[in-house]
Amino acid sequence: MSQLIPHPLPWYVAGPLIGLVVPILLLLGNKPFGISSNFRHMCAAVAPCGIEFFCHDWKRVGGWNLVFLLGLFTGAAAAWQFAPPPAIDVSPHTVSALHGLGLNDLSGMAPREVFAWTSVLTVKGFVSMVIGGFLVGFGTAYAGGCTSGHAIAGLADFQPASLVAVCGFFAGGLVGTFLLLPLVLR
Amino acid sequence: MTLLPYFAAGAAFGFVLVEAEVVSWFRIQEMFRFDAFHMYGIIGSAVFTAAVSLVVIKHLGLRGGDGTPLGLAPKTLGTGARYAVGGTMFGLGWALTGACPGPLVALVAAGRPVMLVAVLSALAGTWTYGMLRPKLPH
Repeated sequence: MSQLIPHPLPWYVAGPLIGLVVPILLLLGNKPFGISSNFRHMCAAVAPCGIEFFCHDWKRVGGWNLVFLLGLFTGAAAAWQFAPPPAIDVSPHTVSALHGLGLNDLSGMAPREVFAWTSVLTVKGFVSMVIGGFLVGFGTAYAGGCTSGHAIAGLADFQPASLVAVCGFFAGGLVGTFLLLPLVLR
Repeated sequence: MTLLPYFAAGAAFGFVLVEAEVVSWFRIQEMFRFDAFHMYGIIGSAVFTAAVSLVVIKHLGLRGGDGTPLGLAPKTLGTGARYAVGGTMFGLGWALTGACPGPLVALVAAGRPVMLVAVLSALAGTWTYGMLRPKLPH
């Protein structure tokens, strides 16, 4: 099935398909597109209700979204199983920058030298996965959204708050890429 | 089942994230290094498609089952501090993990089960935010 799908799926196919999730969720039940809310719902489901932020009725407010996330996981698993993308054709500029950072194995969806069980307790693995993950969870909760809620749904709805958030996403991303990664990976 | 359509929509979204290589750490590096158009094309055309859809929905005056107009709730900008600071923190995490929340979860299913560590850490991050929330500027 891999051969039936061009890789990568071209941006002009993937982008509109992703954008259509916004009206589909509205038509299904007037629900807002946003993945990071699920972190909050999961915390509410497992953490005791001593914290006001997690005192909402997560099943009623976020049940649909947790099911959407379960679907996302299943869809990703199916894609990986039946039509895995071949070796990614990374831009030569990025390839030489990554070689310069000491990454040689550029196969798969993330560099094996960093994202492996044996790397979790090394500096580069810990910072990339544990600290990086923590920042994703803390930052999206603080900003009230991630790429889906702010960069796609929020910008499409011309919300100034989302524009501020997206500028923050990129500012952080550039600092992370050009200042932190060279310190962490080398 | 009323929730089945959400599962189907999520599955389609997850499938596209993998096939378009949005879940790839390398594609995110290309994006932040301004070395490829791919991710900008995806995000830009997604925003365009969603924006046109929202205009059409508003123009048609579509309403939900309970009679409320279909649309997204406006976000209060306020001082913008939560968006600027929270957004920058997420951006740092996006560069380090090479994934935003959807792809982070998708990667666990797409050949990098170790990303579960990052997902659990993200939950810890959200929980910590919830705990500190009353003390943070918003």
